[in-house]
Amino acid sequence: MSLARRLLISVPYTWLLALFLVPFLIVLKISLSDYANSIPPYTPTLEVGEGWSGIKEFWSALDFENFVFLTEDALYIKAYWSSLKIAALATFFTLLIGFPFAYGIANAPQEWRPSLLMLIILPFWTSFLIRIYALIGIISNDGFLNQFLMWIGAISDPLVIMNTNLAVYIGIVYTYLPFMVLPIYATLEKLDSSLLEAAQDLGCTRISAFWSVTVHLSKPGVIAGCFLVFIPALGEFVIPSLLGGSRTLMIGKVLWEEFFSNRDWPLASAVAVILLLVLIIPIVLLQRNEQMQREQNK
Amino acid sequence: MKLLTTLSTIALCALSQAASAEEVRIYNWSDYIDEDLLEQFEEETGIEIIYDVFDSNEVLETKMLAGSSGYDLVVPTGDFLQRQITAGAFQQLDLDQLPNHSNLWDVIESRTAQYDPDNSYSINYMWGTTGIGVNVNRVTEVLGEDAPIGSLDLIFNPDNMEKLAECGVYFLDAPTEIIPAALAYLGEEPDTQDPDVLALAEPVLTAVAPYVAKYNSSEYINALANGDICVAFGWSGDVLQARDRAYEADNGVEIAYNAPSEGALMWFDQMAIPADAPNPEAAHKFLNFIMDAENMAAASNYVYYANGNLASQEFLLEDVIGDPAIYPDETTLGNLYTATPYEPRVQRVVTRMWTRIKSGT
Repeated sequence: MSLARRLLISVPYTWLLALFLVPFLIVLKISLSDYANSIPPYTPTLEVGEGWSGIKEFWSALDFENFVFLTEDALYIKAYWSSLKIAALATFFTLLIGFPFAYGIANAPQEWRPSLLMLIILPFWTSFLIRIYALIGIISNDGFLNQFLMWIGAISDPLVIMNTNLAVYIGIVYTYLPFMVLPIYATLEKLDSSLLEAAQDLGCTRISAFWSVTVHLSKPGVIAGCFLVFIPALGEFVIPSLLGGSRTLMIGKVLWEEFFSNRDWPLASAVAVILLLVLIIPIVLLQRNEQMQREQNK
Repeated sequence: MKLLTTLSTIALCALSQAASAEEVRIYNWSDYIDEDLLEQFEEETGIEIIYDVFDSNEVLETKMLAGSSGYDLVVPTGDFLQRQITAGAFQQLDLDQLPNHSNLWDVIESRTAQYDPDNSYSINYMWGTTGIGVNVNRVTEVLGEDAPIGSLDLIFNPDNMEKLAECGVYFLDAPTEIIPAALAYLGEEPDTQDPDVLALAEPVLTAVAPYVAKYNSSEYINALANGDICVAFGWSGDVLQARDRAYEADNGVEIAYNAPSEGALMWFDQMAIPADAPNPEAAHKFLNFIMDAENMAAASNYVYYANGNLASQEFLLEDVIGDPAIYPDETTLGNLYTATPYEPRVQRVVTRMWTRIKSGT
């Protein structure tokens, strides 16, 4: 490998090392510490000045107590499980709505596409928080939606959407839709339409041609879109705390409570480490699976 | 290129200007000051105020214990202040820079000495009680004329709460205030460190949790004033501000505050200067400014909380100094209890219980 190439590759690796691995190790270290009433609020802290004995003392004070605690209190397992469920369902709905969007844009006349894409991206120019607050104005008990439905006489009592899990789903689907549409559009746009004609020439119905050509070839985009939605949705904090009720249990909210309300940084760090593992393991498995498939195809 | 140069020149100018103006960064509770006072301070001293707000002691403590908060003046409540002093979060006040210190009220100082011995780290800003705010008409509509609006029975009896849920109930999101109240309701010692006694509070709070629309420590002022909710378990002055806002809006909402007859928590919000404050001199100037009798009276007249400043009392409005909900009479005073900070081990029991109660798991 040439030096130039090595240098080029080292850039993303340095980035990952400095901005992902090092912070992760810090969080991991805090998760092995104990709560203390001090600045910072945990013990032990690493005293590099004391030399080797300081490091040894620091090392011996670390333990897995916080991780054991996570398994003892049912709250955390329920919160992880409920987050997985909410994130998975929300991703499914985003896909359900996002795919037709992407398909529609990819099949629109060439000169329309930039404007249509712009319409997808445009909401990003508004602050995320403002968009969530706008949603509150629409779905709250005396919001636009209920006022409209009551005005046309479709309902007599307002629909209770605000402060429920349904509101959280609406919030996630709405805010993450572009992350689903854009990667799917990118794969659909490159799709060779002659493949569809070939499939139909070879006896496929329109529907089965759509399934075995369009859907099949857009799989990388669908997978990328699903990950882009699922991963942030799993750790989402703002949406459940603003739109969800006190019964909406998500790990992002628990993490916030541990960190800010309980000031138990070590436990909050342990929750974060587990969350990362929950996310990383399926991603690694999926990548390995893909790699194996690619090698088989060679 | 020319545009770029112009832009960077503008940016540089803005930066240098920001650096030259003196600043004091204050972190106080939401809805807790008359903003005219901030302007007045800026005019008198030429120091610019950066004013941020919080609505929970826990969030403030997280920032204090993380260190380098960047704030020059913060306002923790007594029991939190005490813990943060032990953690080394604050610096001692320099009384030479605080000539108005003589205005303070010895009665309150003797009480705050429980948290800050000798009052060497803090001065009292406001004090008050934690109790029940009700929308009188709605509550009597739901529970009848003899609704126990002055008793914890209103909010801790599931039969009452089930009916009140339809017109809306908010609780403070503050375990250190709600759990002692539940213990007072049971006739137990509210200020206990005993985990077995503390555990008695959990079934009381869990039983009414399904009927609490929200645990939040700032939204209830507006919600009460607008008539969105009919009961709030909150802080005295906040409820009285809601009463005032409803009165000004003339929307027919009548709000009343009562310190519960079973006993109410008396708390003290203390102004203190973080150990690593960037501009402690300016913080002292602000402390001295707010300890001025007329300024402190203006603050109390605006937020409806009692203060720890004896000299300010002659400038207080009659509906502040004369209101027993703000300046309690002797009988109510005898019925108030104070809280001491939990030890770390007990703290974990309490916060864990609180998370369980709120999330319903």
